[in-house]
Amino acid sequence: MADHKVVETSGQSSGLMGWIDKRFPLTSNIKAHLTEYYAPKNFNFWYFFGSLALLVLVMQIVTGIFLTMHYKPSAAEAFASVEYIMRDVFGGNIIRYMHSTGASMFFVVVYLHMFRGLIYGSYRNPRELIWLFGVGIFLCLMGEAFFGYLLPWGQMSYWGAQVIVNLFATIPLIGPDIAEWLRGDYLVSDATLNRFFAFHVIALPLVILGLVMSHLIALHEVGSNNPDGVEIKAKKDKATGIPLDGIPFHPYYTVKDMVGVVVFLIVFATIMFFAPEMGGYFLEANNFIPADPLKTPAHIAPVWYFTPYYSILRAVPPIGISQFPGVAAMGLSVMIFALLPWLDRSPVKSIRYRGTLYKKWLAAFVVSFLVLGYLGTVPSNVWGQFGPWLAGADRATVVARIFTVVYFAFFILMPWYSAKDKTKPVPERVTG
Amino acid sequence: MKMFTINKLAMKKLLLVFASLPLILIVQAAVANEVKIGVTAPIDASDHGSLQRGAKIFINKCLNCHSANYMRYNRLQDIGLTEKQIKDNLLFAGEKVGDTMTVAMNPKDAKKWFGVVPPDLSVEVRARGADWVYAYMRGFYRDETTPTGWNNIVYDKVAMPHVLYQMQGEQVLNHETHKLELVKPGKLSPSEYNAYVGDLTNYMAFMAEPGKQQRQQLGWWVLLFLGVILVLARKLKKEYWKDIK
Repeated sequence: MADHKVVETSGQSSGLMGWIDKRFPLTSNIKAHLTEYYAPKNFNFWYFFGSLALLVLVMQIVTGIFLTMHYKPSAAEAFASVEYIMRDVFGGNIIRYMHSTGASMFFVVVYLHMFRGLIYGSYRNPRELIWLFGVGIFLCLMGEAFFGYLLPWGQMSYWGAQVIVNLFATIPLIGPDIAEWLRGDYLVSDATLNRFFAFHVIALPLVILGLVMSHLIALHEVGSNNPDGVEIKAKKDKATGIPLDGIPFHPYYTVKDMVGVVVFLIVFATIMFFAPEMGGYFLEANNFIPADPLKTPAHIAPVWYFTPYYSILRAVPPIGISQFPGVAAMGLSVMIFALLPWLDRSPVKSIRYRGTLYKKWLAAFVVSFLVLGYLGTVPSNVWGQFGPWLAGADRATVVARIFTVVYFAFFILMPWYSAKDKTKPVPERVTG
Repeated sequence: MKMFTINKLAMKKLLLVFASLPLILIVQAAVANEVKIGVTAPIDASDHGSLQRGAKIFINKCLNCHSANYMRYNRLQDIGLTEKQIKDNLLFAGEKVGDTMTVAMNPKDAKKWFGVVPPDLSVEVRARGADWVYAYMRGFYRDETTPTGWNNIVYDKVAMPHVLYQMQGEQVLNHETHKLELVKPGKLSPSEYNAYVGDLTNYMAFMAEPGKQQRQQLGWWVLLFLGVILVLARKLKKEYWKDIK
């Protein structure tokens, strides 16, 4: 076994692989990333979502390529071309629904993937860069979703883009110019659609692919974390140098992820074939009305995956006439994830060995995220108003303000509560 | 052995989370979309008789002012009509059977006559919901304060006059009970009229997404296929993992 290995890595194997290996490090790369990449043997449920995110990325790219073959990025033709895809292109409705369902499922998977990082401390030393690349991917994904949402050129596409681009207009002094520069016009128009199309189909996908590569290269350099948060590289077999708790990614995790993939695809197919609108959450009813610059819809809500941040935007009160504080808070609520590696001062990584203080804060954060997410989908008068004692304020707005504070407190107070928290002793080896 | 049980637990969790996600969203959507329409449209995509009657009503009554620019006439073959039947009965102005359902009315004239251009109805049911369309077609009443003399209970001050009043008769709104009352019967009895606009709504729901039925049929095959793959994938995984302690 050992001899065999030496022969191959030195590039002296024969046949086609040998020929390639002399010219390209194929065998050594397969080893480094698959057959001899040692992953902790105790990955649990939460560890499916990384590979699932990669799967959805590939799906979005492939279906996206087929959609661009028939889609027309012009204000006059976009809406009709989507209906053309839905009706006249062979298999077009399936491809379109795969893409629209994929967009939402991408965020489902990525949010669960991020939550995994949160509970097991996957962002901690030495994985800070993996986390930062991940935050970068998340930001690009949000941009990608936003640009893509304009393309069907329905009412929600149009007015959603109008609202988001106008957020930039709130930046003091230079804001209005930035908004105009982004739109390429004084209002969202054909010029905007054209450039958003370019961003959506080439600019951001390129950046996302680069970041995903970097995310994986950094991961394979330091090795995967695990539900116990112990470093498996600390305990190696003295003879082979292989981590005692590590197993080769291929075949063990490739066959295991395959099960996760099939379960995921079953859920995906169920939505895609039987409820692609997902009750208005994945495809909004208003978006089946062509964009009309003269008719503002009564209620403009972003797609579900943006709603927690949208809630924060609405919750933060303006200063004078400037809406900038809300916009800044919204930006910060996304960017603040990048600071996690330096905010967490706990001596342990995994939630398994943390005390109750951290768990309470995490629970509060999750509740905040979900409540803000829900409130972002509904008008702010949904729960009626408080009485005169609170100046008749919207109940939902007050609730959103409270949870916005909790959301930020989870991050800002983390250096304090994570250090103060009583932790349990961490085992030397993974516990399964 | 221990790994195996943990993994089984993990799989169950995975299924649970994924399966509960659509449920949560659907329940929430059902609550959120509870618009006070009060009627349920009789939608049955497999009832070709109803769909064909609805198509005839749509082409005869609606298509004079509204277009359905994304709907091709020959797509009516999906609801059991032959190309010859479509040509003989539903094409009036020299259209080709592969043409879409356009309207001859000039948008500028339309704007002058109605105040707005009648919207394209290809995907109207997807935008408003079938129940809304059904309620709308039943909801016209006499109102002398509007330019057309008609108003609608689900769309206040709508620009469209009651095109089917000869069928339904004339209703007025009782402002005390806030209910519609038939004051002048039309050609059809109320239940016949409901069935009439029910067929129309059913057709419009079909037209909004002609590929829907086929998509759902395909869905069952895909799920069946994935189910088989799931069994195989789990067996393969267990086989590989039996040595990992």
